Amino acid sequence: MKYQFDFKAVLEAWPDLLRGCWLTLSMSSISMVFGLSIGLICVLARQSGSRSASLLVNAFVEIIRNTPFLVQVFFLFFGLPAIGVRLSAGFAAVLALSLNCGAFATEIIRGGVEAINKGQIEAGYALGLKRLQIFRDIVMRPALRAIYPALTAQFTLLLLTSSIVSSVSAEELTYDAQRIESITFRSFEVYFIATGLYFLMSALLGVLFHSIGRIYFSYPKA
Amino acid sequence: MRDLVFNDVLFLLQGLKWTIILSLIALAGGGLVGLVIALARVSASRILRGLTICYIAVLQGTPLLLQLFVVYFGLALLNFSISAWVAVAIGLTLNAGAFLGDIWRGGIEAVPGGQSQAANALGLRYVSRMRDVILPQAFRVVLPATVGFMVQIIKGTSLAAIIGFTELSRSGQLVANATFRPLLMFGVVGAMYFALCYPLSALSVRLERRLAVSR
Repeated sequence: MKYQFDFKAVLEAWPDLLRGCWLTLSMSSISMVFGLSIGLICVLARQSGSRSASLLVNAFVEIIRNTPFLVQVFFLFFGLPAIGVRLSAGFAAVLALSLNCGAFATEIIRGGVEAINKGQIEAGYALGLKRLQIFRDIVMRPALRAIYPALTAQFTLLLLTSSIVSSVSAEELTYDAQRIESITFRSFEVYFIATGLYFLMSALLGVLFHSIGRIYFSYPKA
Repeated sequence: MRDLVFNDVLFLLQGLKWTIILSLIALAGGGLVGLVIALARVSASRILRGLTICYIAVLQGTPLLLQLFVVYFGLALLNFSISAWVAVAIGLTLNAGAFLGDIWRGGIEAVPGGQSQAANALGLRYVSRMRDVILPQAFRVVLPATVGFMVQIIKGTSLAAIIGFTELSRSGQLVANATFRPLLMFGVVGAMYFALCYPLSALSVRLERRLAVSR
């Protein structure tokens, strides 16, 4: 028996696929912003010198990094209602993605901040700069330049990870693919095309990040 | 809805066993594929290099879940009647191969070119040059990242649950549904993954430090 590939039936559902791509991109972008904020807050908390704060941040980072994302999503979506916290699938998905991204961002940002030479901060104080100015201009900007490649790679990973939230029926590309599959019964074709779409999105994101990096993080020409 | 019984714990441990087995298969298979990929990636042939670059780009640029779907349904089309766990093992192997291949390529390239030239000058052939000179030195460099990637493999096996294979996550889900204790169950399942992954993460960091000191 020879299998007849039928990509047409799947391609006819292109508005759904396009919608899925859009939902995936917007969900990833939102989680990216929240994740970055969580990472920044965690790093600041760890730098604050409070022992309990840095202990808490460490526990958060290690727990997230050493458990599968699927279990994190299940915990938030299926687990929390047991104590009366009922989240919609979409909200649980964004929350899980943000926390996940936040933990990895914390590690990446910490690495960047630690790479800053202490002498530069002291020089900043000697020049009479305020604490905020020192943080912004002497710590943050060079650190951002140093961590930019790792951070953008993490964002691409976030886009790919977001496919897992379909398992709690949060709507994005994989969810739409599953819906098309249940209508057309063209399992292989649907997932093949969806995989291609993810590849396209992550490649475009890569190009976009690369161009942004070249514009914003190039050293000023003397 | 029923009470949590001892059998549920056994069921979870059964799932844990399958998660470990699946991880080991993926590590062994991915290691084999990864070695081939890494060697092809640094070979003299342009075609081989181009092919491996594409392989790595595609498997690193698409979600693991979709890769598992494509393998699972793709193999079914080829008239292989395979069980879910074989499909997942193959999918994880291909995925781990791409990542390990990329990590190891970096290690091979980190070995100074003089080593390769010296081996050439001594008349060593390709196999001996790689096995006796280049790879042992590369091994030291890539060990921390490789141990770190084992954590990714273990976490990746959880996606087998979505395909329908009963490993740790799926067994946790089943027990949670039966006993109606999702918070506890997913907490326990998470703790089990943590117990597997944290020692590896810590080891990876320690190896990294030791490597940094010895340099």
